[in-house]
Amino acid sequence: MEFLVVVKRDCETCQMVGPVLASLKASLSVMLYSQDDPTFPEEAGGARDDRGLEESWRRKIEVVPTVIRIEDGNEVERTEGWDRAEWERITGQGGLGAGLPDFKPGCGSRPAEFGMPERLALQFGGMHLASREVEVGEMEDPMEVAYDRGWTDGLPIVPPTDLRIARMLSGTTRKSDEIIGLIPPNLAECTIEKAAISAVMAGCRPEYMPVVLAVVEAALKPQFSMHGLLATLGFAGPVVIVNGPITKRIGMNSKGNALGQGNRANAAIGRALQLLIRNMGGGIPQEIDRSVLGNPGKYTFCFAEDEDDEDWVPLNVARGAKPGTSTVTLFHGDGVQGCVAWHSRTPEEVSRSLAMSLLSVCHPKACQWSKAMLVLCPDHYKIFQNHGWGRHELEAALRDALKRPGHDLIRGAHGVSEGIDPTRAEEIVDKFHEEDGLLVVRAGGKGAGQSAIIGGWPAQRKIDEIKIVSEEVGP
Amino acid sequence: MRNQPYAMRDPTAELSPILRERLAPCKDLSTATIGLLSISKERSDEFLDSVAKSLSDGGLSVLRFRKPTYTRPAPETMIQEMVERCDVAIVGLAD
Repeated sequence: MEFLVVVKRDCETCQMVGPVLASLKASLSVMLYSQDDPTFPEEAGGARDDRGLEESWRRKIEVVPTVIRIEDGNEVERTEGWDRAEWERITGQGGLGAGLPDFKPGCGSRPAEFGMPERLALQFGGMHLASREVEVGEMEDPMEVAYDRGWTDGLPIVPPTDLRIARMLSGTTRKSDEIIGLIPPNLAECTIEKAAISAVMAGCRPEYMPVVLAVVEAALKPQFSMHGLLATLGFAGPVVIVNGPITKRIGMNSKGNALGQGNRANAAIGRALQLLIRNMGGGIPQEIDRSVLGNPGKYTFCFAEDEDDEDWVPLNVARGAKPGTSTVTLFHGDGVQGCVAWHSRTPEEVSRSLAMSLLSVCHPKACQWSKAMLVLCPDHYKIFQNHGWGRHELEAALRDALKRPGHDLIRGAHGVSEGIDPTRAEEIVDKFHEEDGLLVVRAGGKGAGQSAIIGGWPAQRKIDEIKIVSEEVGP
Repeated sequence: MRNQPYAMRDPTAELSPILRERLAPCKDLSTATIGLLSISKERSDEFLDSVAKSLSDGGLSVLRFRKPTYTRPAPETMIQEMVERCDVAIVGLAD
């Protein structure tokens, strides 16, 4: 029988038990390790040097002091901190620590300090990264290497070093070699590790990982058609709307400038998906990405819905999620078009104004073609709320205001060859499909009645093939 | 720029070799513009003059460039001009 004890000088409890350790060492076989100073504890003649923390890491020491009893080379039991009765029971020695209190909690172990678990796991073989290494020459700048290799979207990336990847992987409980799916267009097998590498490069923090993984899984659903969205001639790219408590936990922006720059989570989560499609999928502009013009949202387009008003039914709940769940919803979206309606004071006026702007989505004469998202600003929402309108009333009013006579819309009408089939001249035609044709979400800051319209991808007209998708945020 | 080894992990699907591929050779030299770069070493002009003559005699377009000194890298503006105006570059490296 032998004993292993781990201490550090920077711990009052360890200092207090110095004489106890000296007496144990005198009568038992004790391997004493110090995490920060091998001359400590002086009473016991110092300790074995574990400043490299390998022994502490292998023994999973979470608190100092820790006393472990070892029999036949195997740990039998351990105690943490100072607890006289426990120390006496484990060591079989009586009368330990005369004059000391019966109990004093220990201190944190150094391997448990921030960032250490991943560093030590990499150093001592507890973590294996499968992606191949790309060495950076002594005179090279990692940022420039990333550019030269075509890894970036045009903006700098955070270099994906082992330590950063390991920390990113600590943000999820899923195994790094688990395959999430096939990333288009090359249909490359994407592991959690590759997603973590993209998340590092995009600027994510580890706690964003569950959202990033949900976004990737949503994008890979066949009905979202990420391949088509990437290869399209159109403007659209994936727009991510995040709902639920996770948005506050990771500090996403749903208020002022929610669709713009300046919030790390909004920016980095959307970018992680785009970098994954570029690097894993091989989706490169002017190659398989055939977009005529693209849009700035193809760098990143991700925001949180404002759920602070309990009267409002959030998008994910409207689409079937239980209230309080965190989800991501992916929409195939173009850029932002403003609807400036400052003078409207009644819900009828505001909804008609919004509808007039929505009519221009894709083309003013296009009907049941692209879908759209309406991002309702607080000043407009307030008018609806003051008159007792919620999501249901607003959507119904918009649907009514978005009906038009077919003779205005048929090909050739008003001297414009775009439009619907001339056989529909006598119909009253809806601008959008009834199911998911128009998504309404709330976001933005106060100050002016100006909501945003995000036009959709013309391929959404294939309503059975291309769908807006949602995914619950997992572990 | 650093004194210790540095490595990144490959974010791609690892479908191509880790060493970067060279640019594909120019497919049709008959319509290409050939840039001849002298690095300013002694007598490189003589060599490049004769290269220029044989290329021009063959009906090819040739543009000449000359680094201010062989002791330093070419100025960025010169490299940009070559990228902009030439399809192929030939460098007279030594004397």
